[in-house]
Amino acid sequence: MSIVVENVSKSFGSFQALDDVSLEVPDGSLTALLGPSGSGKSTLLRIIAGLEEPDQGAVLISGEDATQLPSRRRGVGFVFQHYAAFKHMTVRDNVAFGLKVRRRQRAEIRARVDELLALVHLEGFADRYPSQLSGGQRQRMALARALAVEPRVLLLDEPFGALDANVRAELRAWLRRLHDEVHVTTIFVTHDQEEAMDVAEQVVVMNHARIEQSGSPSDVYERPASEFVMRFVGPVTELGDGLVRPHDIDIRLEPEDGGLEAMIERVVHLGFEVRVEVTLASDRRMWVQLTRARATELELEPGQIVWVRPDRTAPVSPSADGSDSAARPGVGVAGELGD
Amino acid sequence: MRGRFALRGVALGYLTVLLVFPLAMVGFRTFEHGIDAAWQAATTPDAIHAFWLTLLMVAVAVPLNTIFGVGCALLIARREFRGKALFNAAVDIPFAVSPVVVGLALILVYGQTGWFGTDLADAGIKVIFNPLGMIIASIFISLPFVVRETVPVLREIGTEQEEAATTLGARPLQTFWRITLPAIRWGVAYGVVLTTARVLGEFGAVSVVSGKLVGKTYTLPLHVQAAFEDFNLAGAYSASFLLAGLALVAVLSMQLLKRREIA
Repeated sequence: MSIVVENVSKSFGSFQALDDVSLEVPDGSLTALLGPSGSGKSTLLRIIAGLEEPDQGAVLISGEDATQLPSRRRGVGFVFQHYAAFKHMTVRDNVAFGLKVRRRQRAEIRARVDELLALVHLEGFADRYPSQLSGGQRQRMALARALAVEPRVLLLDEPFGALDANVRAELRAWLRRLHDEVHVTTIFVTHDQEEAMDVAEQVVVMNHARIEQSGSPSDVYERPASEFVMRFVGPVTELGDGLVRPHDIDIRLEPEDGGLEAMIERVVHLGFEVRVEVTLASDRRMWVQLTRARATELELEPGQIVWVRPDRTAPVSPSADGSDSAARPGVGVAGELGD
Repeated sequence: MRGRFALRGVALGYLTVLLVFPLAMVGFRTFEHGIDAAWQAATTPDAIHAFWLTLLMVAVAVPLNTIFGVGCALLIARREFRGKALFNAAVDIPFAVSPVVVGLALILVYGQTGWFGTDLADAGIKVIFNPLGMIIASIFISLPFVVRETVPVLREIGTEQEEAATTLGARPLQTFWRITLPAIRWGVAYGVVLTTARVLGEFGAVSVVSGKLVGKTYTLPLHVQAAFEDFNLAGAYSASFLLAGLALVAVLSMQLLKRREIA
């Protein structure tokens, strides 16, 4: 079901968590709310779930105004960063909870829970308690529990934030596949740009209680709407007056139009990529990311004089001088998704 | 290693001198002249009456303070409202004020010359010098235990489990019975045990409002004192032993339940 957030504001005491935020999430999509901590992304998710009340504005779920609807009647599934497992219940009872409070038939509950435990690969764990599960297993249990009531919308608040790197990568891929299977409109909150890019079809970048930009992962990466987005969604380096992605810069051994003279400071081999640190004639330092093949071809040495030049297609954001706020759109609407 | 044993020794010694010895002495004196003599002393009509009255007070005060205590704890730990700090402090008043003062205050309000005293008397309700007033006094002095034991547990478990239950479709009461109460049960249980022990043993407040009518308003603690003053030492010891035994049963039963739960 589609979700529309209209001009929502929310303060906690003197702290403004959301400032006139509007957002559209298309039916069946997988959307990431991406931003640093304190940017308001979790508050926005909790308002959509009905766990927080907005000071102003409205939330529409599949076209109906849900702003006054209590959380239990919104048809949302919510997954918490720290799992929120019901510690005194077995895995089976955790997953069955939503069905039990709806007073479904016992046989029906049993069948549905078995089906869900299979979906999250916890078939053999039905009679364990949450304390006997690993973090990744607990989070999968929490997902099964949220999916049990067939929510119209699945909301995940930093779902992988408390897990170690391997498990996180695995669950990420799994969530992606799950979404392809179940097709429930899904919004997840993360502060990890790679996670957002990897999993989501639509990325909503938030900062300081506002939405900076929303669009497909390639959109926000290639065409950042502000310096903040440019910096937040990928590596940047300063070239002349602008910001540029270090992998969008080439190094030439001969002078060239549009190229800037620079001296090699350091060449760092990081496996596949090679990081070249240079000082420009203006004394500014910057860095360039080359592939291993290109670096081998150039045979760079510290002290060498070279010319650096941004790729013609590279996104360049105007630098520092307050251009950030000028480029900030108040509203993020992503009607069309990339690809 | 030696330091650890020394610490253990000091702790055990302290407990022995202050707790175990005196209690053991009560036990010893009770059965000094044999079990029959102890039974005789414990089953005089006055003692039996005191025993049942004490149990009645526990049976009324403990459930009421449990319900009220859990409600207050939820209010303090889960809600924001104007005057919450004052409310939170007010809950502790029964701990801060001397029980004798509590008793006097009750007489001032419910006594024959008190605020509601005449109205209540007209309605045929006698509070002071009657078990009803003693029950009210017991409720008053044991009110904070459940609140104080439950609030920290509520804070510790946080709100996420309750929020998860809500998003899964549970109504507030369903969330309370199925999620909140099971999560705080040991805090509540401990509060109940302390409340029970306090109501069993309360002397000051109950004594003031009881009017000390033998066979009518004597609880076990009052009976112990009266017997002691009458040089009825056997009666005093046996009632003391019974009282201590009841409190011990309450504390131990909770420990046993808890152990079984964890195992």
